[in-house]
Amino acid sequence: MARKAVASKAKTQTNVPQLTPEQELEAYREMLLIRRFEEKAGQMYGMGLIGGFCHLYIGQEAVVTGVTMASEKGKDAQITGYRDHGHMLVMGLDPKGVMAELTGRQGGLSGGKGGSMHMFSNEHRFYGGNGIVGAQVSLGNGLAFAAKYRGDGTVALAYFGDGAANQGQVYESFNMAKLWKLPVVFIIENNKYAMGTSTERSSATTDFSKRGASFDIPGEQVDGMDVRMVYDAAQRAIEYARSGKGPYILEMLTYRYRGHSMSDPAKYRSKDEVTKYRQERDPIEQVKARLLESGAETEESLKVIESEIRAIVTQAAEFATNDAEPDPAELWTDITISA
Amino acid sequence: MPQILMPALSPTMEEGTLSKWLVKVGDTVSPGDVLAEIETDKATMEVEAVDSGVVKELMIEEGTEGVKVNTPIALVLGEGEQAGEAAPKVAEQAATSEPAAETAAATVPAEAKAPQAADAPKFVAQDDPDLPEGVEMVEMTVRQALNEAMAEELRRDKDVFVIGEEVAEYQGAYKITQNLLQEFGPERIVDTPITEHGFAGLAVGAAFAGLKPIVEFMTWNFAMQAIDQIINSAAKQLYMSGGQVTAPMVFRGPNGVASRVGAQHSQDYSAWYSHVPGLTVIAPYSAADAKGLLKAAIRSPNPVIFLENEILYGSTGLVPKMDDFLLPIGKARIARKGADVTIVSFSMGMRYASQATEKLVAAGVDVELIDLRTLRPLDSDTVIESVKKTGRMVTVEEGWPQGGIGAELSARVMEAAFDYLDAPVMRVTGKDVPMPYAANLEKLALPHVDDVIAAVNAVTYRS
Ligand SMILES: Cc1ncc(C[n+]2csc(CCOP(=O)(O)OP(=O)(O)O)c2C)c(N)n1
Ligand SMILES: [Mg+2]
Repeated sequence: MARKAVASKAKTQTNVPQLTPEQELEAYREMLLIRRFEEKAGQMYGMGLIGGFCHLYIGQEAVVTGVTMASEKGKDAQITGYRDHGHMLVMGLDPKGVMAELTGRQGGLSGGKGGSMHMFSNEHRFYGGNGIVGAQVSLGNGLAFAAKYRGDGTVALAYFGDGAANQGQVYESFNMAKLWKLPVVFIIENNKYAMGTSTERSSATTDFSKRGASFDIPGEQVDGMDVRMVYDAAQRAIEYARSGKGPYILEMLTYRYRGHSMSDPAKYRSKDEVTKYRQERDPIEQVKARLLESGAETEESLKVIESEIRAIVTQAAEFATNDAEPDPAELWTDITISA
Repeated sequence: MPQILMPALSPTMEEGTLSKWLVKVGDTVSPGDVLAEIETDKATMEVEAVDSGVVKELMIEEGTEGVKVNTPIALVLGEGEQAGEAAPKVAEQAATSEPAAETAAATVPAEAKAPQAADAPKFVAQDDPDLPEGVEMVEMTVRQALNEAMAEELRRDKDVFVIGEEVAEYQGAYKITQNLLQEFGPERIVDTPITEHGFAGLAVGAAFAGLKPIVEFMTWNFAMQAIDQIINSAAKQLYMSGGQVTAPMVFRGPNGVASRVGAQHSQDYSAWYSHVPGLTVIAPYSAADAKGLLKAAIRSPNPVIFLENEILYGSTGLVPKMDDFLLPIGKARIARKGADVTIVSFSMGMRYASQATEKLVAAGVDVELIDLRTLRPLDSDTVIESVKKTGRMVTVEEGWPQGGIGAELSARVMEAAFDYLDAPVMRVTGKDVPMPYAANLEKLALPHVDDVIAAVNAVTYRS
C-alpha cells in the first residue's frame, strides 16, 4: 500500500516529466529483466556456478534504463565499471551471452575469458566492463574524443560510482572534456556507498553534481530511482553534448539493495535503510503502480510480461549452465594480433 | 675576455652555423650586447658579450656552417688586456639550459678513459636469529601474523600509522587490519577515499617528514594507480637527495593470482618491484616469516614493498611467541636441505614447490628447497651455494616468465656457478597470458605441482 501512495503522490506533482505509456512499458520490461537476471545471477553464484567477484545492479535499474532510452541505442557509446550486467542487458546484448560469461563458458560475450567485470560489444558500442575504479572515466572521454574527431554525431556515456568520483583521473578527464568540448555525459551513480565507505566518510563535498563546477561543466542531481526523472535529465544532457557544447554531469541518486559484491556482509548500513528504499522508492514498483493506475496495464497483462521475462532469464541460466567451457587452446589466443 | 668561443646552445649541440655578426672590428661592446646569431637545426640563438671591450678580430666568417662548439670565433679585448693573456672564455648565450655541463665536458682531455664505476657493494644478509630455548610456538594464520606484526609495531612506535581503503571501519577488505581501529583510533588507522595515487603520495610525503606509514593497497592491482609515487618518489628519494631524505615506509597488500577475478585483478608484481633500486621487496610464504619480516619492514629505514597473497591469508603455521620476533630482510630460508636439485621459490610458489618436493622426495630425489622470502636484496649467496652442491636448479613463481624472478636467478647462477651446472636451469612460471576468467583456463594459466616435478625430472635427466 505504501508503495502505491508514493507513486500516486508523485503523479500529482505537475512538474514531474512524464513518459508515454509505451515508454513506461519499455522501462518496466527493461528494469524487470535486469532485476530478474541479477537475482538469478545471485542464486547461481551461491551454487558455485559463478566465481570471483560478482557485483549486482539490483536497485539501480532505473539509471541505465532511463539513460539508454534517452540515447541512440547502438550508436552512442557506453562504458562503465564492474557493476555492468544491467548496462549490457539494456543495450540489447543477449542475456544468454551475459550469463554464460558469468559462468565462464565459451558462449559468453568474452568467450569466458573476461568474467563478470569484463564484457564488451563493438556492435552495440559497449566498452565494458572495467575492473579498475575510475579508469572508465578517462576511457569514456576517449570514446567522446573519437566521436568528435570523426564528427559522427555520437555521444559517449561514462558511468561511474560515488567512490570512483574521488579518483584523480576523473578531474583530469573533466578538464580535457571541457577544454576540448568533448561530447560526453558523465553519469555518477551515487548509491551512497563505495564498498563499506559512505559518501560522507569519503568525500569533502557530497553533492557530486557540482564536481565539474571549477571546469564549468553543468551538473544536475537526479532522482535515480525514478526512471522518468532519469530519462528527462539524460535527454537534456545528451542533447547538450551532442550539440557540441561539451560535457555534462548527471549525478544519479540511487541505491544498491545488495552488498557491494557477493562476499560483502554489508554491516556498514542499517537494515532499515535498505528496507526503506525497497519499499518506498523501488524503481520497478513505481512504474508498475503508474501502469496500473493509468489503466494502461492490468495485473494480468503484467503477469504475462513477468513470465516472459522469467522465461528469458531461465533460458539464459540454462544456457550458461550447460554450455561448454572454452577450448583449452583459447588460453593462447587474443593476446596480440598477428599482423 | 679575449677569445669568444662558439657556444653550445643545448646539451646535445656539437656544431652550428654562424649566421650573422652584429658587431664589426673596432666596435666597443658592453655586457649583454648581442655579438652574433647562431643557428642550429633546432633554433636560432644570440651570443651575448659577457664583459666590456673592443672587438679586435672576427675569426669566423658570417654564414659559416659546421662551426664546432668551443672554436674561437672572435677576439674582444678589455681595457689593458692583450691578446693571448687571459684564458679563453665561452660567451654567455641568451638561452641555454646547461652551458656549464657542456663546457666542463669539453675541457676533459681527449685521451680520458670512460669513467669506471666501482663495483656494486655486496649485500651480506644476516642469519635468522636463534630462537630462545623452549620458546612456545603458536599456531596462527598468515592473516593473524600480519595483524599482530602491525599491532605490535603500532604499540612500539607512535610514528607508525596505517592508511588505505577500508582499513579502519570495515576492518580491512581482507581483514588484515582487524581491530586496529579499536585499539589505535582513527588518527592512526586512516580510511581513505578511493584515490591510490593521492594517498600513496601523501604517505610518501609523510615519510619524508619523519612518519612511518604502512600503506595498505586493497590489492596490488590498484597500486598501479600509485606506482609513480612508489618508484619516482619513494624509491629514488634517498639517492636523489644525496642521502638526506628517506622514505621509511611499507607498502603492503595482497599480490598475485586470486581466484576467478580475471585479468585486471589477478597478477603477480614480484618481478616489477624487484627491478627497482631503492626499494626493498619482501614476499613471505609462512606465517612466521610474515610476522617477523613485516615487523622488520616497518622498522626498516627504506621503502619496503611487502607482497602478501590472498590465497595464503588463511593458511596456518607456527609462530614463536616472543615479545619481539624479527627476521632479517634479505635472507633466504632453506626449507629443506638436499643434494640432488635446488628448487627456488617464494610466496605462493612455495606451495607448489613444497608439494612437489614432498612427492619428489618420496620418489627418491633429494631436493633442496629454498624460500627466497626477500626478492630485493636477493640472497644470491644461498642460492649459489646450493647450486654448487646440487648442480641443478628449478625456479617456481606465479608471475610471467619474461623478466621474472626465475630469469634473474638463472642469470645469476650462470654468472656465478656456470661450471657447476649439470643441466640448464628451468623455470616454472605462470603462463605468458593475461589471467583468464574461465575456471578451466585459469587452471591452465597457473603453475602446477606437476610442472615442478616435470622440470625437476628434466634437470635430473629422469624420465
Ligand atoms: C583503482 C581501484 N581501487 C580499488 C578497487 C577496489 N574496489 C572495487 S569497487 C570499489 C568501490 C567503488 O565504489 P563506487 O565507485 O561507489 O561504485 P559502486 O560499487 O558503489 O557501484 C573498490 C574500492 C578497484 N577495483 N580499483
Ligand atoms: Mg557507490
